[in-house]
Amino acid sequence: MDINKPNASQGVVSPSLLAEHPLAHLVIPFEKVDYARRGVHFEARVEPAQVVLAAALMEQEGFALDAVTGVDWPQDNQMEIVYDFFHPMMGWRTAVRTRVRRDLPEVPSIEHIYPGANWHEREAWEFFGIHFSGHPQLTPLLLPDDADYHPLRKDFAVA
Amino acid sequence: MNLPEPIRLVAFLVGLMAFVGFNAAYLVWAERKGSGRFQRRLGPTEVGFAGLLQPIADSIKLLTKQLLVPPTVDGLLFRAAPLLVIIPAMVSLAVIPFSENLVARDLHLGLLVVFSFGSIHVLAVMLAGWASRNKYAIISAARVVSQNVAYEIPMLLVVITILMTTNTTSLSEIVQKQAGPFWHWNIFRLDQNPLAPVTFLVFYICMLAETNRAPFDMAEAESELVAGAITEYSGMGFGVFFIGEYANVLVGCALATLLFLGGWQSPIGVLPGAFWFLLKMYVLIFAVMWVRWTFPRTQFYTLLNLSWKVLIPISLGTLVLTAITLKLF
Amino acid sequence: MTPAEAIEAARRAGNETFILNLGPQHPATHGVLRIKLTMDGEYILRAEPVAGYIHRMHEKMGENRTWAQYLPNTSRIDYLSAMTYTHAYVAAVERAAGIEVPRRAEFIRVITSELNRISSHLVWFGAFLLDLGGFTPLLYAFDDREKILDMLEAITGSRLTYCYYRFGGVYNDVDDAFLGAARDFVPYMRERLKMYETLVTENLILRKRLEGIGPISKKMCHKYGATGPVMRGSGIAYDVRRMEPYSVYPELEFDIPHYPEGDCMARYRVRMEEMAQSLRIIEQAVAMIPAGPFQTPGVPKSLKPPAGDYCFAVEAARGRLMVRIVSDGKEMPYRVRWRTPSFCNITLFEEASRGMMLADALALLGSLDLVIPDIDR
Repeated sequence: MDINKPNASQGVVSPSLLAEHPLAHLVIPFEKVDYARRGVHFEARVEPAQVVLAAALMEQEGFALDAVTGVDWPQDNQMEIVYDFFHPMMGWRTAVRTRVRRDLPEVPSIEHIYPGANWHEREAWEFFGIHFSGHPQLTPLLLPDDADYHPLRKDFAVA
Repeated sequence: MNLPEPIRLVAFLVGLMAFVGFNAAYLVWAERKGSGRFQRRLGPTEVGFAGLLQPIADSIKLLTKQLLVPPTVDGLLFRAAPLLVIIPAMVSLAVIPFSENLVARDLHLGLLVVFSFGSIHVLAVMLAGWASRNKYAIISAARVVSQNVAYEIPMLLVVITILMTTNTTSLSEIVQKQAGPFWHWNIFRLDQNPLAPVTFLVFYICMLAETNRAPFDMAEAESELVAGAITEYSGMGFGVFFIGEYANVLVGCALATLLFLGGWQSPIGVLPGAFWFLLKMYVLIFAVMWVRWTFPRTQFYTLLNLSWKVLIPISLGTLVLTAITLKLF
Repeated sequence: MTPAEAIEAARRAGNETFILNLGPQHPATHGVLRIKLTMDGEYILRAEPVAGYIHRMHEKMGENRTWAQYLPNTSRIDYLSAMTYTHAYVAAVERAAGIEVPRRAEFIRVITSELNRISSHLVWFGAFLLDLGGFTPLLYAFDDREKILDMLEAITGSRLTYCYYRFGGVYNDVDDAFLGAARDFVPYMRERLKMYETLVTENLILRKRLEGIGPISKKMCHKYGATGPVMRGSGIAYDVRRMEPYSVYPELEFDIPHYPEGDCMARYRVRMEEMAQSLRIIEQAVAMIPAGPFQTPGVPKSLKPPAGDYCFAVEAARGRLMVRIVSDGKEMPYRVRWRTPSFCNITLFEEASRGMMLADALALLGSLDLVIPDIDR
């Protein structure tokens, strides 16, 4: 039992100060992003089928899952899913984004890599209707058990 | 005044019931005021001066509430359980001497009567839990049974120790044997029982556990089991359980006073015996309440470990030590 | 053993399992949380949290209000630690719109956030001990909390759900009375923390109740994304104020308490120490607060941040809070996503409570410090 000062006096070494890109060796390309403006250090845009690979790479590098966010873009006829990761040791933030078709949104589940994604994905399913294939229990989490509507879709009328 | 025996007995029994009722009501008041003070707040102040009429208001409320008997319960057992809690306590009080003359029925086997009826309490709570057909109630009932059985053993061992020193089971005679200045009280009789204060402490802890008072209130642990075995009771059914709990505390503390603190013997010989008896009993009851509001609850297995692994060896030890002391000196 | 295997094993051994519903109305689940427990006697074979009893759909509400109209909603998500939630949202929008915050306002934000953190931890402390059967410390803690609430009421007007921060600063300036009260509060609270240490933390019964109970490993925290005192109680010194520094925290000196054991006692000690560290921060901030404006002038009433998505993370009392806002250049947000700490912390309860007895599982639940509206939003 002890209380230690963290290693860097003001926190993590910002990746922008590092000479080389710490995630450059990954097969999925992560671009550096202006953290001060956007709030993430690295971002990658992937196809839906590559989501599991991206999550596995993040897990390998020591990231933990922050959130799984769904966004509805009816004007593009697409839905976007953003996976946020944070690194408990280094403090880096990454985002992995993917877009799926709006009429049949389907993306593989990452629940077997990050068990914490179980609830995040359930929530994204019940709010948007995005089907996470391989998820063990896509039942409503926050909505009533018999809910058959997806409230966060843009075409859901708030009466 | 010398009343014929049946009338005297009836007068005493009515008096005892009034005593139990009055105590149940006003011990609740004392607990609420006391706990308020321990927690830096006032407790009831609105109803009557200093909240003294609060218990009356509460009783009226309980009496006027609907007696809800859920349809799925076992009818007879559900209704019998509260009675089984309160009757043994009142019967036990019939043999307890409040002073030289104030005893309803001074039986030779008074001590045995108290303990026999005391063990019915376990059955009553078990019945309440079982008859309620409610999972929380059944878990609580199971816990009560394990806890009470575990703690009856050291209690009885302690009582046997006392019996060895006093040679009688009549409660009046036990008190009379402690006559004289206060160092004649059993708790100070180190010549008979070298570990007398320890024995008292063991008895007190067992009494707390037997009456399911905190920190041994696992059975009705509010934050876990809602209200435990008595979850399904409402209105006066709940009220009777409550009265029963306080009556049991009364009996327990009265017994502790009689066995260890000299009963109605006064240390300075001025005031009547009944006053001293009540004073000692109420000091012990105050300590019971104090302990409740100070300590958190133990876990269930720690509770049982305390009994089986700590208190039973200690009480066996004092028993053996007392036997040796009595034989040798 | 997975829950399914455990239940099978119990059945084969001839023991009947039963399902016990903890909640949604229950004294120990703070708020409306329901946990379906499959039990074998007193042992828990499977614990399935069922959420949604207080789901108010704050994320949809974000899409129906302007950026500024959404501010009161932010406090209601976790009402005990409301300032930090408003801070996350306001800072995310400031990041998006490129609004600068004057230094005085940043210091005010830090002082009020830390006071809020202490009052939130005091509620946790009282409620946790109430669960364990110690009824009295709750009232002592609430007594201290009254002082904080009085201070904050004087400047914000609210006692619990503050709506104090605005885009570009705070709504009201702090006066000398507030700074004096905050300065006096620090030594008073330090004395009280010492009293809690001797009266409560060193109590033998409490230590037996908490030490060694409910171990959560580093790996479990990592898998489920649990943060805050849960992660710090398992030995990982992760604090958003140090790892993704924001506001004026880089200029303030404070330690990150962490303990390696991972049991309920470690999480308890982390929170008690955090209160002490918050007092340190308040002390320094009150001494360092500069004169100046408390709000940036010129912020448009109807704010329209540039299109794109932005996020901001803060250290709320319960852990890492992250807000992700998506703007399409209009005056109402396109999407607001709240990654709340209790949501991620509760997901590990299922795995952590396997094989535990009911009383210990409740101690574990209390030590996770869940606020159910935080889970459900």
